Amino acid sequence: MSPDSDDRSALSWFFTGMRGLVSLPALILLTSIVGFSAFALESGLTRAEAVFMSLAIWALPAQVILIGSMASGANIAACFLAVTLSSIRMTPMVASIIPEMRTKRTPIWALLILSHFIAITSWVFAITTMRNVPRQHRAIYFAGFGVTLTLTGTLVVAVFYGIASSFPPVVAGVLFFLTPVYFIASIWASARQPVVKLAFVMGVALGPLLALVTPEFDVLYAGIGGGTIAYLIDRSRRRKKRMVKGAAR
Amino acid sequence: MIAEYWTFIVIAVAGFLATDIWRWLGVVAGNRLNEESEALYWVRAVATALVMAVTAKLIVFPNGTLADTPLWLRLGAAGIGFAVFLATGRKVAVGVAVPMAILVAGLWWIGF
Repeated sequence: MSPDSDDRSALSWFFTGMRGLVSLPALILLTSIVGFSAFALESGLTRAEAVFMSLAIWALPAQVILIGSMASGANIAACFLAVTLSSIRMTPMVASIIPEMRTKRTPIWALLILSHFIAITSWVFAITTMRNVPRQHRAIYFAGFGVTLTLTGTLVVAVFYGIASSFPPVVAGVLFFLTPVYFIASIWASARQPVVKLAFVMGVALGPLLALVTPEFDVLYAGIGGGTIAYLIDRSRRRKKRMVKGAAR
Repeated sequence: MIAEYWTFIVIAVAGFLATDIWRWLGVVAGNRLNEESEALYWVRAVATALVMAVTAKLIVFPNGTLADTPLWLRLGAAGIGFAVFLATGRKVAVGVAVPMAILVAGLWWIGF
């Protein structure tokens, strides 16, 4: 599919993005949201508050942390700090897909709005499928997927609030396992560059390890530290390759 | 009046704002990055390591019922599943189905 030979309308790409809702990643996320709605009920949130939270934050780890902080009686500043620390990861996630998503003419306000719909699942969706979409339609394609997923996820919270807690707990536990194993398989399968695979290994190793050492900042340190180590290893590998090429010439 | 809406205000400030400022910063930063630039290699590496750190923690330190299951079973299911996934041509469906099957079989076997 070459960007030049494309004559499909922007609207049809929006619908193509929407169809991403019927995919393994979306179904897995919606399943974990069922688990979240049970957690929200148990923690004393009303249905309206849980729905508002899903729509306004749209990042499951941040939502779980905010509920946990509120339940422990923390004030609004402490809640803000806990959530914002877990959400710093959004910056590199968003920054890594924006160059692929925009054209020179994409307005920044459109990207700022679209960024709200970037969370782990839509990030994986973007890095795996966006390269098959002609560049000028990528933003609308992502909007089709991201907005639909967020609205559906919020609808799931509204519907399953109160129902989910009647499931046997072992079912919820097993379903919870879907999310990490899906991320492992899909992120590895979509990695085209060696640097991504190196960073993958670093994150897997450092995440749990640093959680034992520094539970507050573990993800941040694992991301910045592990990512930087992976980048440096990859850069020296690329330099060596270039030098070997240069010597052969 | 305020008390009635206080939770919504907390969610808007300590949830929405606390999260979306980082998304907006990502847009501003990503908008300056060229698709072939050296900096994007680093940003991709950091983003991937962050997501995988969160993922690995979901397996090693899960919440809820899964926290009561043995660690060796969760690690074994994820590890063997990943090995099978690599050995069979990297199909995502295989990478999901195999660890899930091992986890369910393991829980049944230990009588969970």
